[in-house]
Amino acid sequence: MRYVRAKDSQDAVSLMAAAMDPMLLAGGTDLLVKMKLGRAAPDLVVDLKQIAGMRDISPEAGGFRIGAAVTGAEMGESDALMAAWPGVVDAVELIGSTQVQGRATMVGNLCNGSPAADSVPALLTAEAMVRITGANGERDMPVAELLKGPGETTLQKSDIVTSIWLPARPERAGDAYLRFIPRTEMDIAVAGAAVSLSLDESGTVLAARVALGAVAPTAILVPEAAKALIGSRLEAPALEACAAACSAASSPIDDRRGTAEFRIKVVGVLAARAAKIAYNRAGGSL
Amino acid sequence: MSKVHVSTSINGDEVEFLCEPNETLLDVLRDRLNLTGVKEGCGTGDCGACSVTLDGRLVCACLVLGAEAEGHAIETIEGVAVEDELHPVQRHILEQAALQCGICTPGIVVAAKALLEKNADPSESEIRYWLAGNLCRCTGYDKIIRAVQSAAAEMRGAQA
Ligand SMILES: Cc1cc2nc3c(=O)[nH]c(=O)nc-3n(C[C@H](O)[C@H](O)[C@H](O)COP(=O)(O)OP(=O)(O)OC[C@H]3O[C@@H](n4cnc5c(N)ncnc54)[C@H](O)[C@@H]3O)c2cc1C
Ligand code: FES
Ligand code: FES
Repeated sequence: MRYVRAKDSQDAVSLMAAAMDPMLLAGGTDLLVKMKLGRAAPDLVVDLKQIAGMRDISPEAGGFRIGAAVTGAEMGESDALMAAWPGVVDAVELIGSTQVQGRATMVGNLCNGSPAADSVPALLTAEAMVRITGANGERDMPVAELLKGPGETTLQKSDIVTSIWLPARPERAGDAYLRFIPRTEMDIAVAGAAVSLSLDESGTVLAARVALGAVAPTAILVPEAAKALIGSRLEAPALEACAAACSAASSPIDDRRGTAEFRIKVVGVLAARAAKIAYNRAGGSL
Repeated sequence: MSKVHVSTSINGDEVEFLCEPNETLLDVLRDRLNLTGVKEGCGTGDCGACSVTLDGRLVCACLVLGAEAEGHAIETIEGVAVEDELHPVQRHILEQAALQCGICTPGIVVAAKALLEKNADPSESEIRYWLAGNLCRCTGYDKIIRAVQSAAAEMRGAQA
């Protein structure tokens, strides 16, 4: 194996294209574990962290552009980001321990392709856009188009995600992410749910997006669950319909963390609770 | 595999070493630089026994490549005491018997010191969350939390 620090994203693309079985390195909290366990044996590791701009959080078009090497700890320390997208920041901060937060990136969480990755449902509901540099130059794509299956993404071999853009936060809007784990810290989601919504002046939900993690081969958006919230003020029937739509959209596996039956039930409960938090953050009162 | 040449700073000293490109910082510290205070519990980021700081940020040395240390500053448990003077966190852990086998202790000291540098007056639940990635199989966490609390109080000058 060789270890190379890419000078810029074009350099990273060329290095990736030229190697047999290369891997990109951001925080390494997935990659180094895989190497240790023998599940990855790259011939080349391309480190992205010293590329200019990769560690920056910058305001852009009313929203934020977050470089691919920005760590969870750094996102949590940005008050402006926390104020605009608390659900996204909460989701990223749930990843691992303090030690893991010092290294783990949101982009690595997304590109690792885990169906249980905590940041992905929140990125889906935020309508985040992924910026990619590849063999044919730069392109932007919605997060949903990057998702493929457990451990897989639609990225090509020499594609590098350089940043993620979170849009401007609409007026009277809020988001939230909740997950279920058997402990209070340091565990992988059994199920997760994110909600982002905006309200009109009377506190009625104008627009909503609901996304789930760990209950399908990838994180999924559930438009029916969003529909159940739109036009409501989160009265009990709307929350029940939202939860039922989430359960209906789930096709989880049974594993040692939880049964499929449990996941189907709990994901609806989480979505309804996340909706309430997002509603309060949007300035609504329940 | 051809070795990587790395220049870095460890506990304030300029250090150079050669390592394999896939060798972790944990293995470099222990096996090449003889800094065996940093421990390996799991090697996969779960236990925190290998806690060090990288440019002031708490990380697991088992999840960092030795090669990544180039140009950065690393602090390990060996740099915590100033000559014979123990850091308050170390002293309170000793005085309150907040250790048994001691394998987790260097990581806990490094992690708790990093917390107190960021937050001089953490609540009990802030301490527990901050240390959630430091596992101890012997002592139980209460004594460790109490030791960190009394070290924090002493450091604030408000002797508890
Ligand atoms: C103890 C522990 C606890 C954890 N807890 C959680 C948890 O609670 N929730 C959770 O979701 N995850 C958890 N994780 C997994 C991991 O920490 C996260 O997925 C993290 O966000 C990965 O980010 P990274 O920067 O470390 O990625 P890396 O390991 O550097 O990379 C991950 C993958 O993405 C690829 N990649 C990285 N950057 C790019 C890029 N710019 N473009 C294209 N591909 C790229 C890499 O090649 C690799 O395949 C945990 C891990 C550990 C060790
Ligand atoms: S040895 Fe690094 S976290 Fe356990
Ligand atoms: S004292 Fe033995 S692991 Fe903590």
